[in-house]
Amino acid sequence: MRKVVIIDDEPLARSIVIEYLQNHPDLEIVQECNDGFEGVKAIQQWQPDLVFLDIQMPKINGFEMLELVEQPPAVIFTTAFDEYAIRAFEAHAVDYLLKPFTQERFDKAIKKWSEQAPAGTDKSATQNLLETAAHSPAQSQRIVVKNGSKIKIISAHEILYLEAADDYVKVHTKEGYFLKNKTMSHFEQVLDPQQFVRSHRSYIINIQQITRIDAYEKDNHIAVLKAGTQIPVSRSGYGKLKEVLGL
Amino acid sequence: MATSPLSVNRFRLIFSICWLVLMLDHSIVLHWLDVPWQAAIIDSIISNILLLLICLLVMNTLRYYLPRREQYLHIFFWCVFLSTVWLAITRWLLGMTLQQFTGYPELLGHSLSIRYSIGFLLLGCVTMISVLWYTWEEQKENETRKADAEKLAKEAELYKLRQQLQPHFLFNSLNSINALIGSRPQEARKMVQELSDFLRGTIKKEEHQLITLSEELDYLKLYLDIEKVRFGYRLKTEIDTTDEALTCSMPSLLLQPLMENAIKFGLYGTTGEVLISLRAGVADDHLVVTVTNPYDPDMQMPAGTGFGLKSVKRRLYLLFGRNDLVETNQANNAFVVTFKIPVIHA
Repeated sequence: MRKVVIIDDEPLARSIVIEYLQNHPDLEIVQECNDGFEGVKAIQQWQPDLVFLDIQMPKINGFEMLELVEQPPAVIFTTAFDEYAIRAFEAHAVDYLLKPFTQERFDKAIKKWSEQAPAGTDKSATQNLLETAAHSPAQSQRIVVKNGSKIKIISAHEILYLEAADDYVKVHTKEGYFLKNKTMSHFEQVLDPQQFVRSHRSYIINIQQITRIDAYEKDNHIAVLKAGTQIPVSRSGYGKLKEVLGL
Repeated sequence: MATSPLSVNRFRLIFSICWLVLMLDHSIVLHWLDVPWQAAIIDSIISNILLLLICLLVMNTLRYYLPRREQYLHIFFWCVFLSTVWLAITRWLLGMTLQQFTGYPELLGHSLSIRYSIGFLLLGCVTMISVLWYTWEEQKENETRKADAEKLAKEAELYKLRQQLQPHFLFNSLNSINALIGSRPQEARKMVQELSDFLRGTIKKEEHQLITLSEELDYLKLYLDIEKVRFGYRLKTEIDTTDEALTCSMPSLLLQPLMENAIKFGLYGTTGEVLISLRAGVADDHLVVTVTNPYDPDMQMPAGTGFGLKSVKRRLYLLFGRNDLVETNQANNAFVVTFKIPVIHA
């Protein structure tokens, strides 16, 4: 038996998936979830083979939920209307079902998935998808992180600065830092370039937080934040800062 | 096409009288200068009729070809040129017809400069008046065209604002119906009916047609019933209105976008049960409606919300020309939208 998790905030939308799954006795529904929070827990608990995932859901959307899962499972997205997401799906050959969908279309998606599984090609496709999906305008204004078992949504304006830390990025806020499994260049692309400047190979600063910029050694500068933190500024980073701050 | 000033009866009369006075005056002056009546009248008729023809020619030309500001000097030179042509023809005709009168050819020779001045002045005046008239006409036309365009744009905008149907809502509703068909066909049928009535309502209503709050609430109920099927137990609504408010008139389709906004904001911004409440009453000669939804202050507004609010604001501005009819407040984890409609006394 292969395990399936259904994540959708509308009960009827879940029930149609359950109904269509009756055609596939080899698939077992281990859990239905109302939102992304339950979804993260269910995926961690069950390590499902396949997830049916809605995109528009309370608090965190489907993409943000997937970002919180350490090893994203194979996903078939179900969505009613989301031009942006559909473009992302098509770009990464990830299967999706447009609501309302028929049993035939549903069976086709399952067939496609079972032919690919368990090679894991779906998983890498999902990973790639997340990279571009995160560029959607709604998402660049916030970062969703996991803090132990809790999920935290950080608005862009709450971010003080970002710091590279091996495979992770430390998202510094007033309440301390949160780790996010992404690259610096990812954030550099996703965050508003008028607000966030990569001042150094390892740092991205929220310019709202800067109180002053001091000279430091030859060719180097230091940005002092409101909280007193000193952030290194490289020569090219100084150029970028000057441009954005209009100096 | 601009209309000539002479197409207006009153102006045609004034113009004709002026010209008759001019001709009379011309003859009297000549007679006073010892020209016999007969010669004076012939002289007046020939020179003034010729001048009249030239004036009419200028007026008619300007009707089709109105000079721009920087070309006004051209007009001056045209006047100089036409007056010269007029004088040459007049002199030639008068010299031929009136040479038998003793002393007339001499008088004609002496009076050329005065004739030229008067002709030039008259032609100049007529030209100036025509230019002013046609410019004014053109402006008037531009203004009506602009007003028409604005009216069209406004109507189109209002139409668009009313028609903003969220595709998300439509497709998700269809998906719910699809799910119901298998398990609970009776409910599916009911929802198809509600969705159809709702959609019909968004298409048929005229912008300026006012409906009562109670009619608007009936329509809103269709929408809420559909949303409740979609979201199940999570969505609770509460509607509280005074009897006086129920009979008040308001533009149609205002409540639904606000409610949609509140539902999206409430349901996608929080988890768990969500209570959306709508209250309506009358205060200070205004129908006052408030829509309240819970919200999480830590959350950004979910994508896609705020549109309903913006469209309602814009519509009320277009309809009443006022910007103070919609207000929003955030307090105690509640987001409150208040809008007012001036009470229309029948």
